[in-house]
Amino acid sequence: MKVAVDLDTCDGNGVCMSICHEVFDVREDGLHVLDERPRDELRQQIKGAEVSCPTQAITVED
Amino acid sequence: MRDDLHDIVVVGAGIAGMRAAETFRQEGYDGALTVVGDEWHAPYHRPPLSKKLLSGQIQRAGIDLAPQFDVDARVLRGASAHRLDPSSHTLDLDDDGTPLSLHYDGLVIATGATPRSWPGGAVPEGVMLLRTVDDCLAIREQLADDPRVVVVGGGFIGAEVAATCRMLGLEVALIERSDGLLLSALGAEMATCWAQLHKSHGVDLRVGASVEEFVGDGRVKGVRLNDGSQLAADLVIVGLGVSPATEWLDGSGLRIDDGLVCDATGAVEGGSDVVAAGDIARWWHPRYERHLRIEHWDHAGRQGETAARTLLAGADRADAYDELPYFWSDQYDVKLQMLGVPTDYDSFAVVDGRPEDWNFTAAYGRDGATIAVLSTTPGRVQAYRDAIKGGDEFPPTLSA
Repeated sequence: MKVAVDLDTCDGNGVCMSICHEVFDVREDGLHVLDERPRDELRQQIKGAEVSCPTQAITVED
Repeated sequence: MRDDLHDIVVVGAGIAGMRAAETFRQEGYDGALTVVGDEWHAPYHRPPLSKKLLSGQIQRAGIDLAPQFDVDARVLRGASAHRLDPSSHTLDLDDDGTPLSLHYDGLVIATGATPRSWPGGAVPEGVMLLRTVDDCLAIREQLADDPRVVVVGGGFIGAEVAATCRMLGLEVALIERSDGLLLSALGAEMATCWAQLHKSHGVDLRVGASVEEFVGDGRVKGVRLNDGSQLAADLVIVGLGVSPATEWLDGSGLRIDDGLVCDATGAVEGGSDVVAAGDIARWWHPRYERHLRIEHWDHAGRQGETAARTLLAGADRADAYDELPYFWSDQYDVKLQMLGVPTDYDSFAVVDGRPEDWNFTAAYGRDGATIAVLSTTPGRVQAYRDAIKGGDEFPPTLSA
């Protein structure tokens, strides 16, 4: 599983961080992906973050 | 997983219902799955309706939930539920004019909430509500005519709409009945702060004021306030909050009290094989030790997931959901983020920065414990997650 973020689209709303703080970290300078290839146990949360992102900035590839 | 579920129905095709549907499949449920939605549109993101879609910064296609939502389910659009009989596990629908009864082994109720309409009854043309994408696009069309806007209701929808309209250069008045803007959500200290934000951007903010009547026959020309004054308006946007959409459940035996009352796993009290999620649901929250009905975007999705897992596991083997509610709001160039629930707070402190600089963090406490944190610094509230969850001493400090 690979996580990619479009930083131009990201608004820093922090929904992804609220759902999965192990992978997504919103800071003053924008979103940081802490782990681009997260472990499989986090799949549900990461998929949740992907679809819940209000600006559709997150892409998850299997 | 229970092996007696072969027919699952999800009523409501917003984020809560769709996340529930998706979760059933992700968890390996391979029986029949039906999603019933009363809108004709495919599921979409609601937060932009009062912000970037309204302002025109993004277009309609930019708010679709697709393509991620490719759930293997029968989806009925334009269909509304109007009766539930839990004893026979039957759901009666109006499927675009045709009556339809569905049997279920397991049911997810996620019919959301409906905006409170104007209590005075009929309104002139140009008085509009904002809840759906159609509402948003209809309002947006009117904004193009450079109207004088009056926003009635100083909750988040009203405050965001007012900010969006001001950013478009429109003349805006914002009317709030209570003594503060965003008062019930943020408390008095921050209500004052956000009121100042709107005033400094040129909004004619009237708190402690209410609309007595709309002026104008046919098309609205203004509003008359309770102090007798009159404000001119070409467009009035009413944001009086929402009510959980439970009318259709009257007589079902499910416990309704400002929403469907659920335990901490999402199981609805008074029913079996029925779970609820999203704006309609009032779940028991273990951290706050009370039932909470949360109208937040990410909460609705996560409740949908949890409710689906509860249904699959069976009520006695389900996990409680104890995540902290989170929301954000964009007004002008300020992004407010809140983690936790500040309801009934008895102490408040700015813990970082200065409100006048619009780069600050503040905490809410009750009985000596930290219950919620608000910040305008992106992501900062999450640093206080453990402090809020653990009920750390107020005011909270950040561990390095």
